[in-house]
Amino acid sequence: MLAALGVLPWLAGSGFWLTSATLVLLYALLGQSWNVLGGYGGQYSFGQALFFGAGAFASGVLQIRLGVNAWLAAALGIGAGAALGAAVGWLVFRYRLRGSYFALVTLAFAELARILVAAFAFTGGGFGLLVPLRRGAATFQFADPRIPYTLLWLVVVGSCLLGLWLERSRFGARLLALRENEAAAQALGVAPVRLKTQAITLSAALAATAGVFYLQIFLFVDSGGGFGPAMSIAALLAPIIGGLGTPFGALYGAVLMHLLGEAAKRVSGHAPGLDLAFYGVILLLMLRFLPAGLAGIGRRDA
Amino acid sequence: MAWDLLLPAVLDGLTNGAVYALVALGLTLIYGVLHIINFAHGSLLMLALYAAYFLYSLLGISPYAALPILMPAFFALGYGVQRWIVAPASHGREQNVLMITLGLAIVLDNLALYAFTSTTRSIDLPLAGESIDFGVAVIGVPKLIACAGALLLAGALWLMLARTDLGRAIRAVAREPEGARLVGIRVERIYAITFGIGTACVAASACLLLPSFYVTPQVGYAFVLIAFTTVVLGGMGSLPGALLAGLLLGVIEAVSGLYLGESLGQLGIYAVFILILLFRPTGLFGARAA
Repeated sequence: MLAALGVLPWLAGSGFWLTSATLVLLYALLGQSWNVLGGYGGQYSFGQALFFGAGAFASGVLQIRLGVNAWLAAALGIGAGAALGAAVGWLVFRYRLRGSYFALVTLAFAELARILVAAFAFTGGGFGLLVPLRRGAATFQFADPRIPYTLLWLVVVGSCLLGLWLERSRFGARLLALRENEAAAQALGVAPVRLKTQAITLSAALAATAGVFYLQIFLFVDSGGGFGPAMSIAALLAPIIGGLGTPFGALYGAVLMHLLGEAAKRVSGHAPGLDLAFYGVILLLMLRFLPAGLAGIGRRDA
Repeated sequence: MAWDLLLPAVLDGLTNGAVYALVALGLTLIYGVLHIINFAHGSLLMLALYAAYFLYSLLGISPYAALPILMPAFFALGYGVQRWIVAPASHGREQNVLMITLGLAIVLDNLALYAFTSTTRSIDLPLAGESIDFGVAVIGVPKLIACAGALLLAGALWLMLARTDLGRAIRAVAREPEGARLVGIRVERIYAITFGIGTACVAASACLLLPSFYVTPQVGYAFVLIAFTTVVLGGMGSLPGALLAGLLLGVIEAVSGLYLGESLGQLGIYAVFILILLFRPTGLFGARAA
């Protein structure tokens, strides 16, 4: 599936399919960022948009307000997301918030960021940040949409490899041990706070990368789109539907959700709401009947 | 800051806070007994607001008269949701419950968006324009009714839990589900009944809230974090805690709105939420099973 997504734009050209595939890749990356922490680490975040928005807004502010080169701003945006992840993680895990409390506190952090960003004109205020159009390789604004698409595809491939690495590495094994039984893992010498903080930092860096790509592709981000609950929900739907804690689960989930969402839009004549309601139904059905997600079906067949 | 600005803000905050408290009572009851976080609580409130709205606009039933209709209806809805949706899909895991109720919230919010569009709707009761002058501040009659209704309902809920057999069974299940099962209490049924009572609280809140408020498909989301903050601040599962915390949060919101402006006013609530969770997770009034 990854390979198909990789060659798609070079075969099908641009237009509708390319935009669709770009969105699928963005959600796959965002979903994988959630999967690192939620799927492998067992910490369900309800505020993944915090890191997505941090990446988009940090790189946007650096480019637009401070005139930093777009590539450098992108790198700093990812760094800012990761730093925010580390800070939130350290604070939250140090005080032993987990389970539902962790979910709620991440949501509150994302809401805090959304309100703060909307309150100051420097960060775009209520209107949002608009990156001035200057096509060129130096400004990370390619005239041919297939180039950023391929870059994004490479990052998604990397994020899937990261998932594979988590299944094979010491770090991943410790994370899984922590997810299954924190007390037992701690007794065996796993340091929970440090490990979970590392996981959330990694997760935040991936989400910020998705945010940076979002900004460079659409050249616009506002507080509701960047930090709003819709992004946080999108982040967790893909891996839960596709398969929690599996390397390709977020990708499967993103593809399925996009296809279903498009179908729902056709049926409803693009009336708002029905596609998201549909996602909610799928989520409920998955939790009820297929708790291992789509990847779980494949595994049973194999 | 002059007192003549601060006092009305505090009073206004108290009346808002009483409604926050009422919404939070249902949530804290569900948490105290089932030990689950019901993320769909706000969406159920949204649904109840629409129900009250349409009862008024289509049939001319005032929200106050709709109270005895909507409370049993929402009790049944909550009972069914727990019995046939949440319990079977949770597979006994806490994090699954959070995801299921989130899924429910997504479905309800977006179906409402699809069916009712994003138009903001409100009703115009004859007494909505009336208000009482307290000297320091003027407060609308609907807000006073909402405040009094919230306090009455909280009292009734407390009496039910403290004095009736059902209340005793609910408290037993909250403390010791296995022990309760051994003495013959049907725990699954108590869970569903508790969820139903919590949902009926939401219906009551909606009836009291609608005359001085409005309804949109997104209104549930605005309330859900406020309700969680109230519950956490009051101590998870504590009814008196939720009541006091609701009033306090109403005041915090009104006063921070006064100093920081409308858009930053909400910051106060989220900041309180994060700080309490980090530094005092048992809440201001200590955690006590309801």
